[in-house]
Amino acid sequence: MKIVRYLDPLTWFTVLCYIFLYIPLGVLSVFSFNDSRFSVIWQGFTWEWYGKLFKDPQIMDCLYNSVVIALAAMVLSTIIGTLTAYGLYRFRFRGKILFDGVLFLPIVTPEIVVGISLLIFYTSIIHMTLGLYTVIIAHVAFDIPFVMLIVRARLQGMDRALEEASMDLGADEWTTFFKVTIPQLKPGIIAAALLAFTLSFDDFVITFFVAGIGSTTLPLQIYSMVKLGVSPKINALSLLIILFSMALITIADRFQRKAV
Amino acid sequence: MRKRILKFFHRHQNMKAFGILSPCIFWLGFFFLMPLVIMAIYSFLQRGLYGGVEWMFTWEHYPRFIDPIYLKILVRTFRLSFMATIALLIIGYPMAYKIARAQKRWRNVLLFLVILPFWTSDLIRTYAWMLILRDTGLINNLLMFLHIIDEPLTLLYTEGAILLGLIYVYLPFMVLPLYASIEKLDPSLLEAAEDLGATPFWGFLKVTVPLTKSGILAGSLLVFIPSVGVYVVSDLLGGAKAMMIGNLVKLQFGQARNWPFGSAASFILMTVVLFAVFAYLKFAGGKEALEEAR
Repeated sequence: MKIVRYLDPLTWFTVLCYIFLYIPLGVLSVFSFNDSRFSVIWQGFTWEWYGKLFKDPQIMDCLYNSVVIALAAMVLSTIIGTLTAYGLYRFRFRGKILFDGVLFLPIVTPEIVVGISLLIFYTSIIHMTLGLYTVIIAHVAFDIPFVMLIVRARLQGMDRALEEASMDLGADEWTTFFKVTIPQLKPGIIAAALLAFTLSFDDFVITFFVAGIGSTTLPLQIYSMVKLGVSPKINALSLLIILFSMALITIADRFQRKAV
Repeated sequence: MRKRILKFFHRHQNMKAFGILSPCIFWLGFFFLMPLVIMAIYSFLQRGLYGGVEWMFTWEHYPRFIDPIYLKILVRTFRLSFMATIALLIIGYPMAYKIARAQKRWRNVLLFLVILPFWTSDLIRTYAWMLILRDTGLINNLLMFLHIIDEPLTLLYTEGAILLGLIYVYLPFMVLPLYASIEKLDPSLLEAAEDLGATPFWGFLKVTVPLTKSGILAGSLLVFIPSVGVYVVSDLLGGAKAMMIGNLVKLQFGQARNWPFGSAASFILMTVVLFAVFAYLKFAGGKEALEEAR
């Protein structure tokens, strides 16, 4: 009780905010272990829903799609985003401010707008059948700016003298880039890649519009399950996805904090 | 001669810059900007019979937003987004202040706990609120168990539920920029204000708030923009009874099969977003704040 008296109103308020932020997570975990079909009142502990999850072929298909899409989007966006960050750091050119602004656009554009504009583009302009590829292309597009921002932050903390030293000692620009710049950026690039994977793995709205038959991802599956009615399986699946994302973000955070 | 070499070198640099940036230019140009432009064009075309469009110019989709049905959706979208922004300023400011003033070893943990939900699926986080707000959900069950109510309250599929969802999902978007600007604030300035006779309230209003203006504006923008364009929160917590613009767009590309009208709604969204960003950059002297937010 002593601690309680020590806390001032501001601290109390902040504690409440954190509880608010994490309450749904608690609710999901409790319901996902609840031994009741209707998942309302606590009926006892069970692993049943998790077991059923891994035996559901549909969910396993979605998991496969989600992983393939997120991996592909991660690799492509990390390469492109890193090059972009380096280009913007290394070179001055006309229209740089405009370029910066355009890179900021995908972050502020509502997902629904991105989703439907791509849907129009795929189906009516370039006549691409919706599937894994259309989803990957879309995910790379929204991942690039995030990768760029994270790698750029790293670049700004980097010691430029090392690159200069390398060039003075006779290395050309390519060698310097691969042997000096990239190793220094590595923690930032790994963090960016992990976050790109998470963003792609979790994305719902954009994927919803650009996925076709056979390219359903886990978030799409969750959405359709939610719309069909509540089943305790959703809680188990949701909790696993959230915990997985949180694990990736935690690792990414570690890398981001690593000293140059 | 030297001048010419320098000039060539300069051009060469431009070529290199273009080379290294070209994958990004290609990808975003082709798969982000071009679709947006085409969507804008679509909003001026006639509706096709089975979805799609007829390539005939028309203005007809835009005046439809004055129709009370659609006007109501527009007004609701702005009202809820505005309310969420204000509510989040009130909730987020003290929270960010507390984090910024916490001991160093706590600060990183507290900050990380805000960042964590920021990157996780808002679909799932919103779904969790359905479990809490449903007629047979946590709150109703608890209240009935305690005999405070006899019949379940309608909490889900209301505007209140959407507002709650927006506040919940975008709390990190408000706290992070606020934290960034409060953390930089020199506490001795507040002490100086107090020494000169300011009460804590006036010190806060006249010193703290103006000096953290950039965080306040950045946070408000980062909450307002995604709120206006939200889809998941209003779809799951508002349902068909409380649609927002995002849901209207989705409807036009789904059951309603009116792609040009959906494109028009989408274009309006995009315009609002761009307008908000420009206004921010212009009035907030926001360039620096923008860099900070990065």
